[in-house]
Amino acid sequence: MTWIFDLILLVFMVITALISLHVKDLLSAAMIFGVYSFLMCLLWAGMGAVDVAFTEAAVGAGVSAVFLISTVLRTSRRSSD
Amino acid sequence: MKIIGFITVIITALLLLQAERDFPNWGDPESPASSYRLSQHYITETYHETVVPNMVTAVLADYRGYDTLFETVVIFTAGIAIIGILRVFGGNQAEHKEPQLTKQKPDLILQTTCRLLLPIIQLFALYVVAHGHHSPGGGFQGGVIFGASFILLALCHDLKYAQKWVPERRILNLAGFGVLLYAGFGVAALMFGENFLDYGILTHLLPGSIEEARSHSMLGVEIGVGFTVTAIMFSIYSLLSSNGKMKEGI
Repeated sequence: MTWIFDLILLVFMVITALISLHVKDLLSAAMIFGVYSFLMCLLWAGMGAVDVAFTEAAVGAGVSAVFLISTVLRTSRRSSD
Repeated sequence: MKIIGFITVIITALLLLQAERDFPNWGDPESPASSYRLSQHYITETYHETVVPNMVTAVLADYRGYDTLFETVVIFTAGIAIIGILRVFGGNQAEHKEPQLTKQKPDLILQTTCRLLLPIIQLFALYVVAHGHHSPGGGFQGGVIFGASFILLALCHDLKYAQKWVPERRILNLAGFGVLLYAGFGVAALMFGENFLDYGILTHLLPGSIEEARSHSMLGVEIGVGFTVTAIMFSIYSLLSSNGKMKEGI
């Protein structure tokens, strides 16, 4: 039954990746990118690579989201394209 | 232009799908990575050679010590490069139109929550570093969590407040110290006439047998990685959030 869980995760990952590319508001794009990282982390954990999942949660979802958001707040919030 | 991009993506995706068919299945015991005898050696012998139950850490910090050393150097270099690019020194001549951030008074609820959470986060970070041998974790993750605790401090109060504990100079010293601590273990092994980063010989310096010396050296090396990562993470955040002036954060 785990393949259903994996499938849901993968589908959500593709959806979040597309949304974070498409959204005009860069702040929400950064947040959705954090969601993408968390899904990625769950996928790693599901495959048994707990160390990688841990790194992904700490770096991808935690710190890099903060970096992106602070950069957005210091530059401009709207995407030009 | 969009059409060309779309076609490129489709072609690349097809090529990747084509290549994917040659990959071994997930968890396949016959796959090259699993059947190669080095993997067998790691799986069966790690505990006897290093008394470290988590073989991921043993491979990262001991068997593949060079890899992790230069990963740490890469993080250090990346941090230095970011400081070199973003840091603005001195005057107001570069004061072109910045987006004005609405200054709010510090929030009592935020600050109290921060004060309650911060020790727990930092304690957890230390646990992750120190317990990296026995459970998932290690210097890198622990360092990121420790750096995140300072970022939380800077977010809940302001950058000035966090810099009381981690001033810019101390950050750079810590980052360099981490790399030197890692390399120092290698040099110490050289001093005793062994190869660089061959920790077994450090049994002369550290308590316990050869195996335990390897385990203890791994802990020391992870602490070095943790120092560098903590320092670089906080310095990247403070540069990004203050437009490189290191004066006022978000």
